[in-house]
Amino acid sequence: MRPLIAHRGPVHAPRPEAEPARLHRDPAPSRLTYRVQRLWLTPLFRALLRVGLPSFAVIASLLWYATDEARVQALRDQVAEIRREIEDRPEFRINVLSIEGASPVVTEEVRATLALDLPISSFDIDLAALRNRVEGLPPVASASVRNAGGGTLSVEITERVPALIWQSRAGTVLIDAEGNFVADLAARPPTEPLPMIAGQDADLAVAEALALLEAARPLGERLRGLVRVGERRWDIVLRDGPRILLPAEAPRAALDRVLVLHDVQQILDRDLLRIDLRNPGQLTVQLTPDAMETLELQRAGLVPVGDERG
Amino acid sequence: MNLLYQSQRAMRAKREEAMRRGVIAVLDIGTFKIACLVLRFDETDITPGDGIGAMAGQAGFRVIGAATTRSRGVKFGEIDTVQETERAIRTAVQGAQKMAQTRVDHVIVSLSGARPRSYGLDGEITLQTGSVEDGDIASVLAACDVPDIGHGREVLHAQPVNFSLDHRTGLADPRGHVGSRLSVDMHLLTIEAGAIETLLHCVKRCDLDLAGLASAPYVSGISSLVEDEQELGAACIDMGGGSTSLSIFMKRHMIFADTVRMGGDHVTSDISHGLQIPMPHAERIKARFGGVMATGLDDREIIELQSETGDWHHDRRSVSRSELIGVMRPRIEEILEETRARLDAAGFDHLPSQRIVLTGGASLLPGLDGLASRILGNQVRLGRPLRVQGLPQSACGPAFSACVGLALFAAHPQDEWWDFETPADRYPARSVKRAVRWFRDNW
Repeated sequence: MRPLIAHRGPVHAPRPEAEPARLHRDPAPSRLTYRVQRLWLTPLFRALLRVGLPSFAVIASLLWYATDEARVQALRDQVAEIRREIEDRPEFRINVLSIEGASPVVTEEVRATLALDLPISSFDIDLAALRNRVEGLPPVASASVRNAGGGTLSVEITERVPALIWQSRAGTVLIDAEGNFVADLAARPPTEPLPMIAGQDADLAVAEALALLEAARPLGERLRGLVRVGERRWDIVLRDGPRILLPAEAPRAALDRVLVLHDVQQILDRDLLRIDLRNPGQLTVQLTPDAMETLELQRAGLVPVGDERG
Repeated sequence: MNLLYQSQRAMRAKREEAMRRGVIAVLDIGTFKIACLVLRFDETDITPGDGIGAMAGQAGFRVIGAATTRSRGVKFGEIDTVQETERAIRTAVQGAQKMAQTRVDHVIVSLSGARPRSYGLDGEITLQTGSVEDGDIASVLAACDVPDIGHGREVLHAQPVNFSLDHRTGLADPRGHVGSRLSVDMHLLTIEAGAIETLLHCVKRCDLDLAGLASAPYVSGISSLVEDEQELGAACIDMGGGSTSLSIFMKRHMIFADTVRMGGDHVTSDISHGLQIPMPHAERIKARFGGVMATGLDDREIIELQSETGDWHHDRRSVSRSELIGVMRPRIEEILEETRARLDAAGFDHLPSQRIVLTGGASLLPGLDGLASRILGNQVRLGRPLRVQGLPQSACGPAFSACVGLALFAAHPQDEWWDFETPADRYPARSVKRAVRWFRDNW
């Protein structure tokens, strides 16, 4: 069934009444508005509001934030983590440790001393401390440690050169020309024969010892070594021959005198225990007991004085 | 008299303070509009030489804010409804402050009504020393016999106009001259005290300090008379909304001021009455089609009248322009004739120069100069205020001559009686103070 209602087209809404003429509004500001605007136009107030208030707010919020230790710690951790991340970048990483100028033994020693856990960030390395540590090693005279770039830490080493073997009660060690300890003799047997010194505090007079050894070069293989006596003077010990007791003052001159005597009279080949030069005015020799006995006999006329010696 | 002296000096001190601060507002309270200008004084103040500084004394300041608003609550140039006027002042000051982007605390106000009355005073003294000193000026000013200005009236201006020394007259500044008898002519302008008090109340309610008061005829004369007119003598007629004020200038001094309590608003109200249309519409057709000289062409110019009474026939009338002129002209003639009468009473026709300058908002009426020359004499011109730096174009018309003159007055006020120290013998409080000081110094 169709509804019996005809369509009448859309029904328009009634037109709105014309807007009532707007009442004339008073343009005058209220007293409050007027005062507020005047206040706002005051330069000091304006500056206070535009600069003072925001800065106060920022400072206050910073202070409020800083009052909580946990929050500050978290912030600090975060900063540290970011720093860590930057430091761990491959550009700053050190992968290779290159040690130059040292013998393999010393190289190993330096490597062990540095004890770097490679790879390591270059921010974590204190070059000055490393250098001090390397230079603290006995065989190292000086060292330079630098970041050579390209992930290489370059250590350049100048080694101490062993000049003498020093025998003391503590043991037998190698020392260099300045008397510094280089190594134990057992740990690093010298590649070439070195002169030997002995006695307490002999390492403090190495320069003198070297000068004496230089002077005693004519003795050659016969020279066994120098012995420091009483921390003031040297004895020269020969392999076969008398012990030469040098004076504390001018030992070189005394040694030269002995060498001259040896050249002229072969004093060192004679049957002596010691040649005592400690008193510069007089040279004293100690004969061996056999020689002494022979001398006694000769003096008693029991043995003829001559060239025929036993 | 002493109270007046004190308050005027206090206002001068406030003006100085505003000068130091660099910003001052001037406020012209008129019947039709209230205009406010904010002035900024530059540090480079050009020292005025020879009475008037560079560029007629208008250099050294700049208008940085200007606002004008329809005046409310002012009738005949006097404040009638205090609250309404206060709101109108607030509107104007706020607008000007907003444009200037600065806050003003000191305001110099002019008002045209309040029945000004001019007095010519003279005083004479015998000089103690041979030459004229500052103290002698003060003494001769104090020697003027003040007339009975009447109850409830206040002195608004008291300007020394002329100094005479022995036989010489016309001295602008007698200091340093040698002579024996010094006499002074002073122009005293009084207005009703109630108007000043009401004005003070309004200004205080707007959180402003009054830094000066000036009479509107005086300041519009300053701005619209050119220099030689001020020097040789001229009358300035400021045709405002509620009052027509006139001032006579001679030798750069105002020597007379008066107000006719009729103005452009009365013309509007005549149109409204005569043509039976509402006031705003009457104002509009006055400004648009108004005139004072009907010609044949005006008969054919038909003006549609609008009113909202609901009566169709009444609301859709039209008049010809000549009818409108016929309504306006009698009132304008009345105003001009009344002005003429005041000028005659002041003895203007005895002055050597008969120039008359018409200014003010109502002087914009087309053909007014022709009518005015018929009534006032043939040396009539229409005056516009001086151009000052920074004044917006909309405030350059003759309606703003009082406002601009007030700005000039703020920059370079004329010496008035209270700018000179009172002579010591007229001031008992000071002698006591001096005795106390002497006592303290010597004991």
